[in-house]
Amino acid sequence: MDSLQYFAPTTLQEAVQLLETNSGCRIMAGGTDLIVQMHIGTASPPAIVDIKKIPELNKLQLSDSDLLLGPAVSGASITEQADIAAIYPGLVEAIDLIGSTQVQGRCSVGGNLCNASPAADTVPSLIVNNAVCEIHGASGVREVAAESFNLGPGKNCLSEGEILSLIRLPKPVPGSADAYLRFIPRTEMDIAVVGAAVSVTIGGDGVCSAARVAIGAVAPTALLVPEAAKALVGTDLNDQALENAGAAASQAASPISDKRGTAEYRIKVVGVLTRRAAAIAKQRALQN
Amino acid sequence: MSGQTSSEYKYIGTRSIRPDGADKVTGRANYGADFFLPGMVHGKILRSPLAHAKILSIDVSAALAMPGVLSIATSEDLPDMNAGTESAGEGEVDFYDFSCNVLAREKVLYHGQAVAAVAATSEAIARSALDKIVVDYEELTPVLDLLGAQKSDSPLLHKNQTTEGPKGKGKTPSNIAKQMMLARGNVDEGFSEADVVVEKTFISPIVHQGYIEPHACVVRTNESNQIDVWCSSQGHFMVRSFMARLLAMDVSNIKVTPLEIGGGFGGKTVIYLEPVAAILSRKAGRPVKMVMDREEVFRATGPGSSSIVKVKVGAKSDGRIVAMEADITLNAGAFKGSPMMPSMMCVFTPYTCPNMKVTGKDVVTNTPKVAAYRAPGAPQSHLAAECVVNEIAKRLNIDPIDLRLLNAVDEGSPTIYGPKFKAIGLKAALTEARSHPHYASALSDNQGRGVACGFWFNVGLQSSATINITESGKAVVITGNPDIGGSRASMALMAAESLGIPLDQIKPIIGDTESVGYNDVTGGSRTTFASGGAVIKAAENLIQDLKRRAAKLMDIDVELVQWIDGQAVAPADLDKKPLSLARLARKAGATGGPLTATATQTARGAGPSFAVNIIDVEVDKETGSVDVKRVTVLQDAGKAIHPSYVEGQMQGGAVQGIGWALNEEFVYNEKGVMENPGFLDYRIPLASDLPMIDTVIIEVPNPGHPYGVRGVGEAPICPPMAAVTSAVNDAIGCGADFQLTELPLSPVKVLDAAEKLMG
Repeated sequence: MDSLQYFAPTTLQEAVQLLETNSGCRIMAGGTDLIVQMHIGTASPPAIVDIKKIPELNKLQLSDSDLLLGPAVSGASITEQADIAAIYPGLVEAIDLIGSTQVQGRCSVGGNLCNASPAADTVPSLIVNNAVCEIHGASGVREVAAESFNLGPGKNCLSEGEILSLIRLPKPVPGSADAYLRFIPRTEMDIAVVGAAVSVTIGGDGVCSAARVAIGAVAPTALLVPEAAKALVGTDLNDQALENAGAAASQAASPISDKRGTAEYRIKVVGVLTRRAAAIAKQRALQN
Repeated sequence: MSGQTSSEYKYIGTRSIRPDGADKVTGRANYGADFFLPGMVHGKILRSPLAHAKILSIDVSAALAMPGVLSIATSEDLPDMNAGTESAGEGEVDFYDFSCNVLAREKVLYHGQAVAAVAATSEAIARSALDKIVVDYEELTPVLDLLGAQKSDSPLLHKNQTTEGPKGKGKTPSNIAKQMMLARGNVDEGFSEADVVVEKTFISPIVHQGYIEPHACVVRTNESNQIDVWCSSQGHFMVRSFMARLLAMDVSNIKVTPLEIGGGFGGKTVIYLEPVAAILSRKAGRPVKMVMDREEVFRATGPGSSSIVKVKVGAKSDGRIVAMEADITLNAGAFKGSPMMPSMMCVFTPYTCPNMKVTGKDVVTNTPKVAAYRAPGAPQSHLAAECVVNEIAKRLNIDPIDLRLLNAVDEGSPTIYGPKFKAIGLKAALTEARSHPHYASALSDNQGRGVACGFWFNVGLQSSATINITESGKAVVITGNPDIGGSRASMALMAAESLGIPLDQIKPIIGDTESVGYNDVTGGSRTTFASGGAVIKAAENLIQDLKRRAAKLMDIDVELVQWIDGQAVAPADLDKKPLSLARLARKAGATGGPLTATATQTARGAGPSFAVNIIDVEVDKETGSVDVKRVTVLQDAGKAIHPSYVEGQMQGGAVQGIGWALNEEFVYNEKGVMENPGFLDYRIPLASDLPMIDTVIIEVPNPGHPYGVRGVGEAPICPPMAAVTSAVNDAIGCGADFQLTELPLSPVKVLDAAEKLMG
């Protein structure tokens, strides 16, 4: 019978060593993707490195300058913190859409990112919040922007032996807010057919001074859409500006047709969700 | 009306605590996969990777040589079978086909069909042994399209199958297994009188019953050729008789002990694993356990039929329907035998219309052989009929409930299939619906409302019951149908009412195939009616015996003894103390021995049930998303023995019908491989997807049952698909010309239709 080795290191250094010495091993945080993949036979790693016992990967720290989010932190421990939701409402909404209550007790934002599903709910929100990913490996530490972290379905930028060690989100300037919307054919427990995240900053003059738009499940990875942001910046986020942002998102999308929806449908709906998410972000920003 | 206790009854009609409840909610109850035996080994099935192929050879030698592998089964281990249908269970069965569905012979006819099986000392070994079995296939073109399958140039699933019709068998081989027609009056004359005629075709996909518990069994054989089976099913006598037939054994050599069942909805009125486990056990000399996983349940157990139903209805301008015509095509899956007949029989049954013609086709395709699914065939045909009736109502500008009331069947109305109705509750349910606050409530923008009615026959069939009185005077009530929807509770209530003793004095249990008389399958909404009827008869027999014994103890004539509130009572002037059941039980030894009574019956007079739905939806016209806002279900239950479980059936039927309408479908690729064999992408509704479903129980007693019981399990799934489809068409502004006619009404389709209407 095939055997499976399980390691639960307690330091990042130990984890990096294990990754180096166990070729083909998989890193596990909550295991909500990995264990399912192993169960259905799409993953059969010789070894698992469980990172939940590493204190520095469980960091969750909100400061005046940023949010430090350890990759092993469970979704539920983020969603229960009102101060985080007040600053990153869209990101917290995205986390709260993943799986069920039980799954949220295990799953992590880091895992959601590393799993590299084009439909991952938190990734568009990380992107619009300018998240930076810190990666540890034998040769040292490097940083990658969230929008560059994934390369394709199931494929991230980690080389063998590397591990995501921290996600850092700069604190938005006053007058900023984000929002995330996804479309599924039911109310919960599903995978996004389309997702859209928007962050905006509105100045005292009511004009949008900065914006980011990212869309999910409509391309091989979650996409940052600068053209959609451009449609918002410099406007007072009127209906026409939101409409234009939606059109830019539809333009940027290059989805596939599958059992969850047709390409044509996804292109239309990503525009609708972008427009609606921008409207929500605007309302929130006006109150911040 | 809902849930009130009729003053004439003391126990029935109350909402008692279910006897099996505590063990089920605490996880103590044993379901199919919970059963273990010492020395037990594990069986796994090798399934076809192709949807249509000839099996050229099967080489099991490498698998059999693996350490830990104890036995292997293929169709060569099953006895030969003659083709041809025979009457069995709820309907007709061809045991050659059945045997091929258990383990394929000569050909595989759907992706996932069982080809071979392995028993090994662990599940992991059994799984890896499956990879070592070498099957050589000659791949054939899969037939997946219900229309294409009927064409003369379509590849054939069965080279010897010709079309059976009203005038006998056809001459050329065909994927159309059967063609039938029902008619009354003259539809051509009817349509010529009509002021308005609507004709439309509705399509529905293959759907699964979605029971939560996968199929599971443990089978033990011994050297005297006796087989013991522990499994969950919709009828352990059904399991016994099907196993006996497939293994060419006598039923008396097989004992089946029922385990708790986690849902069936018709899907567990057939068997898959048990005969295979018996072969594996016989060869291995060990008990064998087999448990399907969810993917196997989706790929290889019987779903409900996909359908193409064309309906044409003609009415006078005053709303009288003068002609109804339907052409129903149902998918049978890989082997003949879709529920074409019940689909044809139900389609127009709510209506009195004098001129009707219904034709039906039973078509095979390279998909799993269908099984019963809650009112088999009726939801598909009602979808078309009720939507077309709603279009007629819109065209005539008549309220759709008024239109139905004008045309509804009632006591004395004939049916297209023969008998006239006795007392029925369709008009009562429609009248209640008309005056329900839901129906008067206003709709907001982007909302739509649909109404529909539905009909299911319900059946009687054979049932047995035994009542044993303990020495302390309590009643053990033994029936032989698995408790799938609260039947222990309803048996206890009927026994309490009949015997006049409190509910806590009654212990309802399910007997195995050797400890209670024969019982037909738990299907056709028959259990409360027919097995309940057997309990009532057994109670009556027991009371006769109790009166005789009381007369002996009181030393009076038996005719003078009355049974009142659980005790034998003599006329007041005789000055005899009443004898309670407990006292008579203690004296049983002196009055003729232990107290026990049995009754059996072939139940006649099953009361048909009608259901009516009012469903409101809201459509997001930019995404095509449909939000179900309000659902009211009205149904004639005859007499609701346990109102909570009647309401549960009504709500459950509505939920399944709504899921069927909006989201559920088997998605196949061009190779005939199902792409969504799990609950992630086979979307049965979640609790959060639906509002609380409001129920109104109508009670028009069934004259065929002592307490007026009608079956209630199936009628509630008949109207929702039509009600939802009508509501969504209404919400997107289709007026009297429904654009959405193909289920499921997925966001993609709804958005497309909404955009076309908006221009």
